Amino acid sequence: MTVALAIPCFIDAFFPEVGIATLELLERLGVDVVYPQGQTCCGQPMANNGCQSAAAGVEAHFVDLFGDFDAVVMPSGSCVHHLREHLDAVPQTDRVRHLRAHTYELVEYLHDVLKVSDFPWAEFPHKVGLHNSCGTLRSLRTASMSELGETPFSKPMDLLRGVRGIAFVTPARPDECCGFGGTFSVAEDAVSGRMGLDKVRDHEQAGAEYIVSADTSCLMHQQGCAKRAGVPLRFIHIAQILNGARA
Amino acid sequence: MSASAGDKSKPVDHAGAAAAFVADTPHLAFHDRRLWELRQKRDGQMHVLPEWQALRSLASAIKEHTLSRLADYLEQFEAQVTARGVTVHWARDAEEHNAIVLRIMRDHKAKTIAKSKSMLTEECEMVPYLARHGITTTETDLGERIQQLDGEAPSHIVVPSVHKLREDVARVFARTIGGDPNNADPHALAEHARVTTRPLMLDADIGMTGANFLVAETGAVVVCTNEGNADLSANLPKVHIVSAGIEKLVPRQADLGVFVRLLSRSALGSPITQYTSHFRGPRVGAEMHIILVDNGRSQRLGEDDFWTSLKCIRCGACMNTCPVYRRSGGLSYGAVYSGPIGAIINPSYDPVRYSTLPFASTLNGSCTNVCPVKINIHDQLYKWRRVIAERGLLPKNKSLSLRIAGHVLASPRLYRLATGAARLAVRYLPRALLYSKLNSWGRDREVPAAPQESFAAWAARNRPAKKP
Repeated sequence: MTVALAIPCFIDAFFPEVGIATLELLERLGVDVVYPQGQTCCGQPMANNGCQSAAAGVEAHFVDLFGDFDAVVMPSGSCVHHLREHLDAVPQTDRVRHLRAHTYELVEYLHDVLKVSDFPWAEFPHKVGLHNSCGTLRSLRTASMSELGETPFSKPMDLLRGVRGIAFVTPARPDECCGFGGTFSVAEDAVSGRMGLDKVRDHEQAGAEYIVSADTSCLMHQQGCAKRAGVPLRFIHIAQILNGARA
Repeated sequence: MSASAGDKSKPVDHAGAAAAFVADTPHLAFHDRRLWELRQKRDGQMHVLPEWQALRSLASAIKEHTLSRLADYLEQFEAQVTARGVTVHWARDAEEHNAIVLRIMRDHKAKTIAKSKSMLTEECEMVPYLARHGITTTETDLGERIQQLDGEAPSHIVVPSVHKLREDVARVFARTIGGDPNNADPHALAEHARVTTRPLMLDADIGMTGANFLVAETGAVVVCTNEGNADLSANLPKVHIVSAGIEKLVPRQADLGVFVRLLSRSALGSPITQYTSHFRGPRVGAEMHIILVDNGRSQRLGEDDFWTSLKCIRCGACMNTCPVYRRSGGLSYGAVYSGPIGAIINPSYDPVRYSTLPFASTLNGSCTNVCPVKINIHDQLYKWRRVIAERGLLPKNKSLSLRIAGHVLASPRLYRLATGAARLAVRYLPRALLYSKLNSWGRDREVPAAPQESFAAWAARNRPAKKP
C-alpha cells in the first residue's frame, strides 16, 4: 500500500517545515509514502467562492496526480473537507470517487487508520492550546463540538497525549472559528482580523505558550494577528510536535 | 427603515458596514459578549434535556412533512378558523398583504395600530406603507419600540436592539419621547417606555400580532412573547389582525410541544417564553383577521437546495452563535433577516442586492449545529455562492482574480513562478510596499515570513520521485 502525501499550496510555499514534519512522521511510522512532484492546490479557494469553472482545471490536475494511489494523506482539514465533500467541478469518474473516498486528514489517518497512540520520540515541554479548525471540528468530526452537547472526544488530543511533557490549557471559547475562512480573510478583513485577535487573546488568557492545530491556514492567520497585536504566542502544526519538535 | 433604504440595485456592502462596526470597540465587545452569553445559556438548556437531539430531529421531520403537504394543511387551518368566525385573507406578496391591512383599517375608519413583534410586517415594509396612508403604527415590543423610535430596522430577529448600549437607548428616548439622556438605568428606561407606550396601546383602533405557529388541526394562532405585549395588542382593540407566513403551520396541537420546548431554549436559553398565547377566534363583539402571506415562500419551496430554509422558526440561535454576526452587527446585512439565516433567505428575494451575504461567512458550520430544526445553513451558504457565481453576480474584480488563480493553480509551472515570486516579495519588498493598501491581508495581520525554499524543492532534493 502506497500513500501519497498531498501538501497544500500555502504549506508548500510558506511553511515547508510542516510538510517535512508530516513526511518524516509518516515514514517513522513505517508508511510507504511518496510525494508526487508537480502539486499545486486542491481547488478549494475557487470552489468556496462558487467558481466551479475556475476550480475545474485545478481539481482535474489534482485528480491526475493523485487518482491512482491507495490513499492520500494531507496535513490540512479544510483541503480534505473540500476533496471529500466538494470535489465536483470535475466529472465524477470512478477515479474521482476513489480519490474522494480515500483522502485522509493527517490526524484521522494517524488515529483511525494507523491507530497510533504513542510517540516515544516526541517531547514538548510547553503549555499548548489546541485549535480545532472548523473543517476538522464540524465537517471531518475529529473532535466533539460544543453545539451538539455530545460526549466529549478529540482525536488530536488523543494523539497529543502520547507526547511527553506536554501540558494543555483550555480557552474560554474553544470551538469558536478563528476567522480565517479562506478568501473571507481578505474580503472581510476587518471581521476576520478581529476574530483572529479574539482567538489568540483567548488562548493567551488561558495561559498558552503555543497554539497547536492540524490546520496551517488557521495558524497562519492567527500568527499574523498575534504578531500585529504583540500577543506573545507561538504557533505549531500538530505534525511538528508529533514528529518530535521541541519548540 | 434602513433595511429598505439605500440604492437597492447595488449589492449590500456587508464588509464595509462590518468594518465600521468592528472599529467601534465598546459596541463590538458588548454585542459579541451579550450574544455569546445567549449561546451559552442555550447550551445550558441543551445539557439539561437528554432528548435535545431527538427533539431537533423531530422538529425537523415535522416541518419537512408539513412543508411537503403545505396546501392541504393551509386549507385545513383555514376551515378551522373560518368556522369560528375568523376572516382569512390570502396575500400573494407584500403588496397584497399591505393592501389587505389598509382595507381592514379603512373598513373600520381606523387610524392607529398597536403591533407586537412581527418580522413578516418588516419583510412587507408595512409600517412605512401604512404611514404613507396616514396610519400610525406603534411597536409594542420594547426592543422594536427602541428601533422604531430611532428610525432603524431591527438588527436581530429576537433581540432587535441588541447592537445598542443602554446609554444609546437613553439618548434615543431623550430625543424622541423625553427623559434624561444621561440616565441609562435599565429599569428607568423600561419604565419610561412602558408609561409612554401603554396609552398608545389602550387607544389603538386595531391590534396586530405575528404568529410563531399556526396549528392546522385546531386553527390556533400561537404567539410567544416575554413582555405580554402581544396579548395587549390582540385583546385591547376591537379588531385583531394576524400576519403570518404560510410556512408557520404545524399539523397538530401535540406537535406544538416539540417546538415550544425548542424555541425559547434555542433563542434566549430560557425554558419557555413568559407568554405562550393561543388565539383561536375573535372575542365576543370583536373581529379577528388572519392574513396568510406567501411573498416568495412557495417559490422557495420549489427550490431543491433551499426549500428547507422554510423550516425556520425564527429563534435567532444561528445569529447568536455566528462569530461573523457577533462581530458585524445585524444592520450590516442591509436586510430584514440578518445573520446566517438571513444570508440564505434574502438572496431568493433579491439575488443581486443580497449577492454579498452568502460570502459574509467563514463556512464554519456552527449555525447548522445549533439550529433547532436542523437547517443545513452553512451548506446552503455554500450552494448560494455557486448560484451567485453562475449568474455572474460576483464582483468583477473577484471573479477575474478567481479565474486567474484557477489558471495559475492548474499549471505546476505557473504555480512555481507565482509562489516563488510571492516568497521574493515577502523577503525583499520594503514594508511600505508589502503592506500597501492593496494588501488587505496586511491591514489586520502580518504576512508569514518567507522560507528559503518550498516544500517541493526540499522534497526534490531529499526524496527521489517514485511512481505509484
